[in-house]
Amino acid sequence: MNPIISVNNVTKKFGDFTAVDGVSFTVQPGEIFAFLGPNGAGKSTTIKMLTTLLKPTSGELRLAGHDVTKEQDATRKMFGIVFQDASLDDELTAFENMQLHAVLYGINRKQVSGRIEELLKLVDLWERRKAIVKTFSGGMKRRLEIARGLMHHPKIMFLDEPTLGLDAQTRNLLWNYIKELNQKEQMTIFFTTHYLGEAEAVAQRIAFIDHGKIVASGTTEELKQQTGTNNLEEAYLKLTGTQVRDETLDSAEGNRERFRSIMKNKQR
Amino acid sequence: MSVIYILWLRQIKRFSRSGIRIVMGFVQPLVYMLALGYGLNSVFQLSGRGSYIQFIVPGIIVQTIMFSSMFWGANIIWDKQFGFLKETLVAPVSRMKIMLGSALGGATISLIQGIILFIVAFVLGFRPYNWNYVPIAIVFMGMLSMAIISFSAGIGAVVNDMQAFVAVNNFLLIPLFFLSSALFPLDGVPTAMKIIASVNPISYAVDAIRMTLIHQSHFGLWNDFFVLLGTLIVLLAFGSYRFKQIQA
Ligand SMILES: Nc1ncnc2c1ncn2[C@@H]1O[C@H](COP(=O)(O)OP(=O)(O)O)[C@@H](O)[C@H]1O
Ligand SMILES: [Mg+2]
Repeated sequence: MNPIISVNNVTKKFGDFTAVDGVSFTVQPGEIFAFLGPNGAGKSTTIKMLTTLLKPTSGELRLAGHDVTKEQDATRKMFGIVFQDASLDDELTAFENMQLHAVLYGINRKQVSGRIEELLKLVDLWERRKAIVKTFSGGMKRRLEIARGLMHHPKIMFLDEPTLGLDAQTRNLLWNYIKELNQKEQMTIFFTTHYLGEAEAVAQRIAFIDHGKIVASGTTEELKQQTGTNNLEEAYLKLTGTQVRDETLDSAEGNRERFRSIMKNKQR
Repeated sequence: MSVIYILWLRQIKRFSRSGIRIVMGFVQPLVYMLALGYGLNSVFQLSGRGSYIQFIVPGIIVQTIMFSSMFWGANIIWDKQFGFLKETLVAPVSRMKIMLGSALGGATISLIQGIILFIVAFVLGFRPYNWNYVPIAIVFMGMLSMAIISFSAGIGAVVNDMQAFVAVNNFLLIPLFFLSSALFPLDGVPTAMKIIASVNPISYAVDAIRMTLIHQSHFGLWNDFFVLLGTLIVLLAFGSYRFKQIQA
């Protein structure tokens, strides 16, 4: 079968800094694929290149047969994405954010209300649908981002740290929903996470990335064999030499930083 | 619902929910109008040119439209910083539609502000010479607004922080306004000044609105129209080209 995602020797430089360094991998249609690696490894940068937000410095990316860099419009019809960081309109209500997304993705009008209700109920925000997003907590915004991302059913779904900062129960609920989409609609899932247990439980294949390079890939079993370890956590440690860092803290700090700089700009 | 409509609606909703923007949108030009209009009226009348308030209202309307349209570029930077831009950029719709929907929203807001100002001016004693020409004035306001919005979209696409954006704004827009025919008649100023104002597209917008509202023109309405149209086309091309290049 032709791979639905293929990344061939892709490099991305920001100035002198190489964030992604000659990465190659493929994902088969209908597969659940996890991309694991420490903070700053190049996971998000890779996803941004696959989703037309960033142009690679060199190399080739293909999505469902389309050259991502050259056929951006065709590529954009193939995927959905939940970003790692905020992408909601804070000044609109939860419902309006969902509605806008439905129009952007041309979701069948008859399906829209039903799907918005189903997903907002899934993430426990239905009661708050008329509230302006600005008034939401971080966790609520995260849940809304995911609900919005799952509204249309593309061939490929990118989930960049989708469950970051959510409680175990919500995470379970969401993964069950995503697995169901994967099975019912053969939707290909490409996700990153720093909960290794999550990757182990959900992903059919895993790639480890560190300092912009893929250091190993395969099924959980294969990775354990390759590294001579007993579980994914040990394999990860051996391959990247790092503990799984608590990204919740890093990212909360990042958000605060960004907020400060925005407020500073606003005051001017 | 179409993509253009929903993005237009988004701008309108955001605007209608931000009380401070609505108020600031016409307080500032109102202050200009009162200070300049009443402050300089007697001087202006002494030189035998009639009412300065009549003369200056088109200029202030242009100023309102210029600055509220420029705000739209700030919106793009906002959307970058808050992340919403990514949501639109990965969507399976052409960037042209994304830009157009939002730009039309911005233009609508600018026009509303221009019209509010016109009403305030009317209350203060401003009278258009012929009401039939008022819709034509509004068409020119729309053209000016779309031109500035396209320009600001181009700048907003390249620039990433608000300070740089404000700097561009200050170094370009403010001189363009003051060196146009907005605040003084072009006949009777030194030649250098006249030349500068004559190569400044803002002068033509002012001139067109002045012609349609108070029947005074320096360049002639057709010249105004073609200069403004040319400017609009160039800036639209610039803005949409830049907008297509955005990486997030
Ligand atoms: N726009 C950018 N400009 C400069 N450096 C960047 C940019 N985006 C990401 N980076 C850098 O590239 C590296 C990889 O980032 P990222 O892909 O976000 O990592 P991950 O998602 O694996 O945590 C990091 O060191 C990050 O600081
Ligand atoms: Mg990341």
